[in-house]
Amino acid sequence: MTEHDRRVRAEQRERFDFAVIANWIPPGERVLDLGCGDGRLLRYLSETRDVTGYGVEIDRESVLGCIRNGVDVIQMDIECGLSGFEDASFEHVIISQALQTMHTTERILGEMLRVAAEAVVSFPNFAYRTNRAAIAAGHMPVSEDLPYDWFDTPNVRFFTIVDFENLCARLGIEIRERLAFDEAGRAVSEDPNLNGSLAFYRLGRRT
Amino acid sequence: MSQENSVGFVTSQRAYFNEPLKLKSGAELPRFELVFETYGTLNSERSNAVLVCHALSGSHHVAGRYADDPENVGWWNNLVGPGKALDTRKFFVVGVNNLGGCYGSTGPLSINPETGKRYGAVFPLVTVEDWVAAQARLADYLGIRTWAAVIGGSLGGMQALEWSLQFPDRIRHAMVIASAPKLSAQNIAFNEVARQAIISDPDFHGGDYAEHGVVPTRGLRLARMIGHITYLSDTQMAEKFGRQLRHGEHKFSYEVDFEIESYLRYQGDKFAAFFDANTYLMTTKALDYFDPAYDFDGNLAAALARARASFFVAGFSTDWRFAPARSREIVFALLHNRLHVVYAEIDCSAGHDSFLLDDAHYHDLLRAYLENIAT
Repeated sequence: MTEHDRRVRAEQRERFDFAVIANWIPPGERVLDLGCGDGRLLRYLSETRDVTGYGVEIDRESVLGCIRNGVDVIQMDIECGLSGFEDASFEHVIISQALQTMHTTERILGEMLRVAAEAVVSFPNFAYRTNRAAIAAGHMPVSEDLPYDWFDTPNVRFFTIVDFENLCARLGIEIRERLAFDEAGRAVSEDPNLNGSLAFYRLGRRT
Repeated sequence: MSQENSVGFVTSQRAYFNEPLKLKSGAELPRFELVFETYGTLNSERSNAVLVCHALSGSHHVAGRYADDPENVGWWNNLVGPGKALDTRKFFVVGVNNLGGCYGSTGPLSINPETGKRYGAVFPLVTVEDWVAAQARLADYLGIRTWAAVIGGSLGGMQALEWSLQFPDRIRHAMVIASAPKLSAQNIAFNEVARQAIISDPDFHGGDYAEHGVVPTRGLRLARMIGHITYLSDTQMAEKFGRQLRHGEHKFSYEVDFEIESYLRYQGDKFAAFFDANTYLMTTKALDYFDPAYDFDGNLAAALARARASFFVAGFSTDWRFAPARSREIVFALLHNRLHVVYAEIDCSAGHDSFLLDDAHYHDLLRAYLENIAT
């Protein structure tokens, strides 16, 4: 694959991810996007769903990107919690493929469901078939959804669909909806922990 | 100074206001003058005007230099100019010396029309709110209904914030940099020490030193030395001066031993030679009093409910005078009110004074934000 093809592919993937998330965000909502990068998702949601909201980002170049994209952004470290954000001040809080790059997983999930009624989480499933095959062959997996080598990956938490759902159960988090997709972007229903490369969740507080 | 991207030679202008200005203290100024400078061109829609508010020791001379005083470069010259982050090819930029200042606007050094003498000690205390009210008169005078942006660092940022509260429909963007929604007890404490240094100088004469033909230079010098410590970071002082000795050895005297002493004395002397003591006292009081939440039981979010502007807020990692946490107070109060806000926390070793430096990333942020609001 050429660099151009790779970029086109990445953009297609990204648009696909955005569309999945947007589908869960009713129009006109107020959202918070954690680890928002250069604000592309928020911009997409604002253009397609008339959503308003803020991004949170620690990386300075990404913050600059948000400003260039005309996206409201707050530069702070999510690992330190979301103090300052008021309880239930957003309808949705999103963390799109960033949870696995953070250490304080439990705290972040708790904070997300404090500041918003519902959370949308997406992450790469480390137990996906080809990832398992890579490990079995003696290598850390590199795939469409895990595009980094072990030595330059931003990921610090390596977990699977099953692991994540166990954690949600332990934290009293209700899984309201789950979608899993394989590397080609096809929805997976059978054994998602094996067949799903990327997982999306709609989470709430168990009442 | 490099000529590249400079606004070049500039000339100060003066506006006269004959309508009385009621001050927050209850006092009234029957008439006043403001000196100001402008850079760039006001467009036909009058929609590209940006007001630059100065901090404690700044002035209306924001950019460029004077033909008859070429060494006197504007205090934010690295930001303002053609092609610079605040681009004078796109924006009409206005700098103004605040009311009570000592650079030519009506202040303690001006002649009191009622007595024919300098105001001195009887010049009323003016507040951030009063400055903004006076700036609004200047906006009227210049035919500017709405500022595209009001920008300032430190005390200048407080004015930008105050604009969004006092004139919510006359400011589209407030750019509040290295600032705070109110002073902390520690901030006030430093100001009080500075004031006492001036007031206890035997040459102060209760503020009427001009009538005695003297200047409380020693007090002003001390005040500036104290202030300067709070403008710099511990890190930067260590990097710049460390424990370097002026004479290469300990002198066992109270003359300058360490380079940092020499630096502070130099800064103090330089400042005391031109700045007015009454203006300094008054300005520190304006800082102390600024607190938009005061009338809202300390609830900043409630105080900011009036605001309609979009905000750019920035703090600097090593600023301990107005630490980033103080900027975040503003940010979360804005969030509560669902206002547009961008908040950047900039890594810079230079402490509070970072806002005046031309750190590349800092200026990239300002440039990106300003480019989006250019019409």
